[in-house]
Amino acid sequence: MTRALTDHLVECRALGRRALVCYVTAGHPDPAASLRLLRELPAAGADVIELGVPFSDPLADGPVIQASSQRALEQGMTLDGALALVSEVRPSVPVVLFSYLNPLLAAGQQVLARAADAGVQGVLVTDLPVGMDPEREAWLGGGPLEFVRLVAPTTPLARMAEIAKHGSGFVYLISRLGVTGMQSQIAADLPRSLAELRSVCALPICVGFGISDAGQAREIGAMADGIVVGSALVKAADSSVDDALVLVRELRAALDSLAS
Amino acid sequence: MAAGDSDRFGAFGGRYVPETLVPALEALEVALAEALADPEFVTELDQVLQHYVGRPSLLTEAPRLSEEVGVTVWLKREDLNHTGAHKINNSYAQALLGKRMGKRRIIAETGAGQHGVATATACARLGLECVVYMGEEDMRRQQLNVFRMQLMGTTVVPVTSGTRTLKDATSEAIRDWVGTSTHSHYIIGSVVGPAPFPRMVRDFQAIIGREARAQMLARAGRLPTSVVACVGGGSNAMGIFHAFVDDQAVELIGVEAAGEGVESGRHAASLTKGVPGVLHGFLSYLLQDAHGQIHPAHSISAGLDYPGVGPEHAFLRDSGRATYVSVTDEAALAGFELLSRLEGIIPALETSHAVAWIAGARGRWSRDDAVLLCVSGRGDKDVSQVADLIAARAAGDT
Repeated sequence: MTRALTDHLVECRALGRRALVCYVTAGHPDPAASLRLLRELPAAGADVIELGVPFSDPLADGPVIQASSQRALEQGMTLDGALALVSEVRPSVPVVLFSYLNPLLAAGQQVLARAADAGVQGVLVTDLPVGMDPEREAWLGGGPLEFVRLVAPTTPLARMAEIAKHGSGFVYLISRLGVTGMQSQIAADLPRSLAELRSVCALPICVGFGISDAGQAREIGAMADGIVVGSALVKAADSSVDDALVLVRELRAALDSLAS
Repeated sequence: MAAGDSDRFGAFGGRYVPETLVPALEALEVALAEALADPEFVTELDQVLQHYVGRPSLLTEAPRLSEEVGVTVWLKREDLNHTGAHKINNSYAQALLGKRMGKRRIIAETGAGQHGVATATACARLGLECVVYMGEEDMRRQQLNVFRMQLMGTTVVPVTSGTRTLKDATSEAIRDWVGTSTHSHYIIGSVVGPAPFPRMVRDFQAIIGREARAQMLARAGRLPTSVVACVGGGSNAMGIFHAFVDDQAVELIGVEAAGEGVESGRHAASLTKGVPGVLHGFLSYLLQDAHGQIHPAHSISAGLDYPGVGPEHAFLRDSGRATYVSVTDEAALAGFELLSRLEGIIPALETSHAVAWIAGARGRWSRDDAVLLCVSGRGDKDVSQVADLIAARAAGDT
């Protein structure tokens, strides 16, 4: 298995650089804008791009990402369409495919190889927790992609260790209860979750859900190896690609102000 | 703890949820096992079912329908339960369980409104806060049930995403639970969702079949030739099938909603036309396109308007133990009128699908056979919709 994603994040850590993981929904607000985002996010400061595969029933997502998925689907975006975007741009930072399980199942066994050929490094599945379907987990984790797993605020320590053991790339720590979406306050028990996870996890840890501005980026960036920005970025992209890039530069600057 | 074989029915079922919900589902599984082993819980539930819900529900012979179709038809009268459908068997049991787990808030989704009403009812009696998610389109179709829930102190939240029906209400209820599982219990309304829901809901509904089996033996002196029930998610069908699964001679028939026809693309016949996939936390037959996007379901009855089906039904179908057929909107409407006219029982539009299938299968049985039909609910909630449909049909005829 490759370790391009892990290696990239470990390198960031060695340089004292907090990773900025940027989520965008494939085909949102339209395919042309998606292409521009994939091209320009790295220069604006993204270290990893999470490319969301739109799904008709995104039950882990709040209103912003739901609406972006709906809009992308209405314009005909598909999993193969998302891979075509990656293949056309070949972004200069690693790309993680962020998907619900069903579109991956429908795409068939060969989809992971197709994704790798398109230039995707990792895959993250929102609705396949560790240990719940060993056969499909072996498929996703045993192929050419690094398989990013999630830890939630409700995850007990023993399960955190289990998740860390089965994951690759990085571990995505969900900062708070609930679905994706912007939040004005950072969850009070995040430092404890992070410390617990750190004690059982050698992989880089990126924290996501609810991060929307420079202040939160600094606060969480000070504790984690990286942060994930999703809904806030998708919302900015709703206005324009330029607004999205402005937000990414702000978050980059905030994280760089922490660099040791 | 990993989800083992007990979380599946053959290849179907499972626990495909956001990580945040995994501990809540594990805790629910443990609490359920403890509750079922606790005589106090079992007795309390039994008392409620007897003295509040009105169980056992009657087994009624249907003489004129029997004459019409040439076979003796017996009706299991879940329509006579408090709140008018089988849904309360599950809702009340889960609300009791939620309360026992220390949850003070209950979440539910509803399509036709029957599960929402049943859950609102249980919460009113148990003093629990209740929030029901309901598609905007279904709120329009089932205004009376919205008002019923509100009367009982429940907050009904309109769901405006996607198709604005049961599928989207379910997604929204799950989203709520992802954020509130520490103090809320989610009462899913059918034999769907992540484990342990499909098995738990089946077990709480299995009282239908246990009673009906004993009543058939006592009244008819025999087991039925065929057991027939409508299938959306499939809870009344699993409830009545379960007691008969080991009676190999008893045929089990589930009737899906064919909407405007299974070839029309506008139907809810997941077992007839679906492909296995994952939605709402479980693996089963789903209406979906080649890209794995869920296809909107359509049915005249809001309660069958769901693009998936309980995983145990998928298993029973693939193993050949149960047979699944489908009935169109138009035939269901005729079934609604038929049972009303012949037996003085106005069935729910969901149940009407099963009535219509039996009526259409005339000649399939001999006069000595016995058919057991699960009357999953009463049709009061559908009367104004049916009045409009009949008026439209009459206008179309002229």
